Amino acid sequence: MTTHTAPANRSDVSPVVSMDMITKTFPGVTALDRVKLDLYPGQVTALVGENGAGKSTTVKILTGIYQTDGGTIRIDDAPVSFASPNDAATAGITAIHQETVLFDELSVAENIYIGHAPRTRFGLIDTAAMHAAAAKLLDEIGAPFSSHTQLRDLGIANKHLVAIARALSVDARVVIMDEPTAALSHKEIEELYALVETLKSQGKAILFISHKFDEIFRIADRFTVFRDGAFVGDGLIADITEDALVTLMVGRSVDQIFPDRAHTPGDEVLKVVGYSHPTEFADITFTLNRGEILGFYGLVGAGRSEFMQSLFGITKPTKGVCRINGDIKIIRSPADAVNNGIVYVPEDRGKQGAVIGLPIFQNITLPSLGRTSSRGFLKLAEEFKLAREYAARLDLRAASLDQDIGNLSGGNQQKVVIAKWLATQPQVIILDEPTKGIDIGSKAAVHDFMAELAAQGLSVIMVSSEIPEIIGMSDRVIVMRDGLIASELSGDELTPETLVRHAAGITTSTEGTAP
Amino acid sequence: MMRHIPVREAILASAILLLIVLIASRFAGFVTPANLANVFNDTAPLIILALGQMVVILTRCIDLSVAANLALTGMAVAMINVAFPGLPIPFILAIAVTLGAMMGAINGVLVWKLNIPPIVVTLGTMTIFRGIIFLISDGKWVNSHEMSPAFTGFPRAAFLGLPVLSWIAIITVIAFGVMMSRTQFGRSIFAVGGNPHAAVYTGINVGRTQFGAFVVSGALAGLTGYLWVARYAVAYVDIAGGFELEVVAACVIGGISIAGGIGSVGGAVLGAIFLGVVKNALPVVNISPFWQLAISGSAILIAVAFNARSGRTKGRIILKSAEVTQ
Amino acid sequence: MTNTTQTRHIPDRLHSRAARLFKSWEALLFAVAIAIFVVNSFASPYFLNAWNLSDATFNFTEKAMIAFAMALLIISGEIDLSVASIIALASTAMGLAVQYGAGTPELVAIGLTVGLLCGAFNGVFVTILGLPSIVVTIGTMSLFRGISYIILGDDAFRGYPTSFSWFGQGYIYWVFTVEMLFFVIIAIVYAVLLHKTNFGRAVYAIGNNPTGALFSGIRVARVKFILFLLTGLMSGVAAICLTSRLGSTRPSIATGMELEVVTMVALGGVNILGGSGTIPGVVIAAFVMGLVTFGLGLLNVPGIVMSIFIGLLLIGVIALPRLWAMVAAQRKARKIA
Repeated sequence: MTTHTAPANRSDVSPVVSMDMITKTFPGVTALDRVKLDLYPGQVTALVGENGAGKSTTVKILTGIYQTDGGTIRIDDAPVSFASPNDAATAGITAIHQETVLFDELSVAENIYIGHAPRTRFGLIDTAAMHAAAAKLLDEIGAPFSSHTQLRDLGIANKHLVAIARALSVDARVVIMDEPTAALSHKEIEELYALVETLKSQGKAILFISHKFDEIFRIADRFTVFRDGAFVGDGLIADITEDALVTLMVGRSVDQIFPDRAHTPGDEVLKVVGYSHPTEFADITFTLNRGEILGFYGLVGAGRSEFMQSLFGITKPTKGVCRINGDIKIIRSPADAVNNGIVYVPEDRGKQGAVIGLPIFQNITLPSLGRTSSRGFLKLAEEFKLAREYAARLDLRAASLDQDIGNLSGGNQQKVVIAKWLATQPQVIILDEPTKGIDIGSKAAVHDFMAELAAQGLSVIMVSSEIPEIIGMSDRVIVMRDGLIASELSGDELTPETLVRHAAGITTSTEGTAP
Repeated sequence: MMRHIPVREAILASAILLLIVLIASRFAGFVTPANLANVFNDTAPLIILALGQMVVILTRCIDLSVAANLALTGMAVAMINVAFPGLPIPFILAIAVTLGAMMGAINGVLVWKLNIPPIVVTLGTMTIFRGIIFLISDGKWVNSHEMSPAFTGFPRAAFLGLPVLSWIAIITVIAFGVMMSRTQFGRSIFAVGGNPHAAVYTGINVGRTQFGAFVVSGALAGLTGYLWVARYAVAYVDIAGGFELEVVAACVIGGISIAGGIGSVGGAVLGAIFLGVVKNALPVVNISPFWQLAISGSAILIAVAFNARSGRTKGRIILKSAEVTQ
Repeated sequence: MTNTTQTRHIPDRLHSRAARLFKSWEALLFAVAIAIFVVNSFASPYFLNAWNLSDATFNFTEKAMIAFAMALLIISGEIDLSVASIIALASTAMGLAVQYGAGTPELVAIGLTVGLLCGAFNGVFVTILGLPSIVVTIGTMSLFRGISYIILGDDAFRGYPTSFSWFGQGYIYWVFTVEMLFFVIIAIVYAVLLHKTNFGRAVYAIGNNPTGALFSGIRVARVKFILFLLTGLMSGVAAICLTSRLGSTRPSIATGMELEVVTMVALGGVNILGGSGTIPGVVIAAFVMGLVTFGLGLLNVPGIVMSIFIGLLLIGVIALPRLWAMVAAQRKARKIA
């Protein structure tokens, strides 16, 4: 039931915004390499690409957060340059962001109108007029709360509505929606689609970023594909199939990516019974065997990372028992977890994984200092020896081991983080979104390495939101929903459809999840 | 504007009332209107400075140079008064505010353009300002007999039963109430401190807002500099020594979060009044004034611990939001 | 995926440590120290006198003892503004003990214990209650000194035993003071602790990324608590030396010293936001500050004016490299455009 309002011929309408040959580099990485992107009035353009393809960078350039290193942006055929977010806003470009970028301490109306509030004739903010206008906007989009509500009292979905209202309030010509449905329920997603239709009918150009193919095919009119920071192709959604789009995105067909592995899991290594937390998850029970890769799938906010961090000793569970090789272990801190052979490669690599500012070798030896030192005194030669060994094992690419880890690419940083943990000789390694934001080459290397580790007898828990990765790598998959285990799948049950259904809580299989 | 009951302010106000009642139960003289007006007048400089500091702290900065700024401006206007006794008070006020704002601007530029941590900048300017007082005054005092009667009389002049000093504090409070709730700048201050990342996305210049906050704080310090020197009719290098800590204490006690973004005009004023009441009550209840420093130190610790605890109960709750969205 | 048969070789280091040392902040600071020394020796005929120079070391030895511990604390991303107030409280406690007839060993024990307890007090608030150290120590700065005022008011404690004067007035050999000996020993201990031990590595890791350090299995709270203890302990040592040197205790003792300690640490190249810095840097900074103060003193510049230099130095040492980087970046941008 897709409605294509797109014209059959591209030359009918000229784009509002046209980006051409846009390049953006960061120290050590080229985030965008001469990409192009056109946005048309009254149409939804889906920007498609894997994590790390350069979508976020594109959004930041369009909203004036980043400045380009090369290329041109045209609005109505006139070249523009955005020195600041204000310039982009003045040009009529507004964004609804991945993380809700609003202010908890301000009211809903103030959040909508900050920066462009109606003024009284004394130059003060006209509170009455602002609330009236905000109430009208909220009413238009069917928001179930008052403009006087403090933002901090709203849930994620409602905060999203505030962000949308803000976008509408500035009379934007271009609306960027960056993963707008990630945290929304089905009903809310439908409401969002209706809003998108409204925006389209008002002639706004919409840039829609999503990982979900069903919604891309449902609401987008056009697509543009980036891969590893480069432009791969664009066109009309009506002219392309889902498979073709995936191939464009990945650069090869999906099933080739994952290593073949014959798995013969050994005896039980880890048993978790009834792990619970006051707000994030409850009653998590499962076992993990030697040499096994156990996948954890779920939607964003299902409580997977929160549970993993609790297992790793970051947060305390309210109840629940963790047994390692049959013995009950009480894990109160990451140090306890490491001592018991459980290590965790976090999703937020820059903040939680790598200690940016320290050189590579010190990152690798950080949890193993007890072994490379004597009586608490450092032995640099031992440290370099250990670092060298694991750098080689992970095929790390770096100028020197004494280089700041911050100068490495995302993929190589991830290798250092994994190396750091392998050097502790763990029994269980938890990988949280291990390939998010890293380039395809490193991705395959991480997958190969994971398989190799499992073959050597290490037990792996992999949290991932990427269905191909979950299916391609896992022996078994636990699906979490709203902080609870929804199901455990293995063998033939392990299909994209069942994963999505269990994660979203759809009981009947008649609802089409894949178009 | 009564959107929700400000719990923190209510608790603090009750604490102050309780304190006053306790004192009154033994020394009824403390609660006579005349004495309370006196206490307020005595606390006026602290109230004015706490409001300036509040703005700075809300933007995730801190201004430790306010007392030195106050002392330098005070010395400058006192010397100007000695040199030109005929200069009318409005000029003196304008000079004091401008000088103070300029010193605030120096702090602001260093924070905004060079990204130097505010604590380092203001620790540095604090000593520099004090040193400059010595340089311009040659270490000498400016005494009351050298100042013109108009100069020293202004803050004490009574108007509708209250001294001008008190009125200036009241006007500042009202002006800040309006500024913080009804102007773009005021709302930006909350935005910058509450979520600087998001502020950038909404087109608010974080550095410039912080600069503005320092200028406001500096201007108020300058204003208070004149009022202070005129009221006590003396200017020397060490006036208001260590007062910056009392100002920060007033803010912390008033519930201004040092992490930025959370706080209110009411809170800052109540925090200042709390310290003012304590200070004025000590001699009344026969406790040595030497207790004051320890009391304000303890009040800071209790307040910051209390605010952190009340802040921790809420926070990110995923399961709950999942319930809301079904 | 292909299995890499030949292992990629990554060198341990690209630049030798000597080359790095040459370009370091410490080398620059050392050059500044030499320059000040030379200028001073021409400016005043009294400068190059062993006894005068020996006297001049009192300008920095006590502050530097605290600065070494403070350097570690600041590298870990925290700060302690209460150090001067700890000195006041420790000194008051010692003075009080004298009134009850305490001898030198008891006084030393009391000074060190009060320092440790104050450090522990700060540490509890910061690491257990999770409060920002800057606010906590602004609070304890008032509290600790406030207690001294409650005990002493306008009075002063005197009458320290003669043997107690050894710490602040004694000489080991010729012009070498007891405080210099303490300075050297403490500098070496902290240099080893920071640069040669696992603990020191943990301090750097925490300062660069506290979350990342926690996620790497480092007991962040414990390390920070120990750092507060050490800073308190060093304040206790400084209190002993200062009290011994002055021979009396007033509640206003060491007022404003926290600022000079922080300045010394920042001047020594320690990043005030945490993550980097060295003990040798702080040692040189201590000499620079001592030499400037001494030199200006010989030229009859009053103390308060010297503080202008200290303030400018504090801002300047942080501002200049940033200004330099900004200018360099602009130049580079112009070249590209």
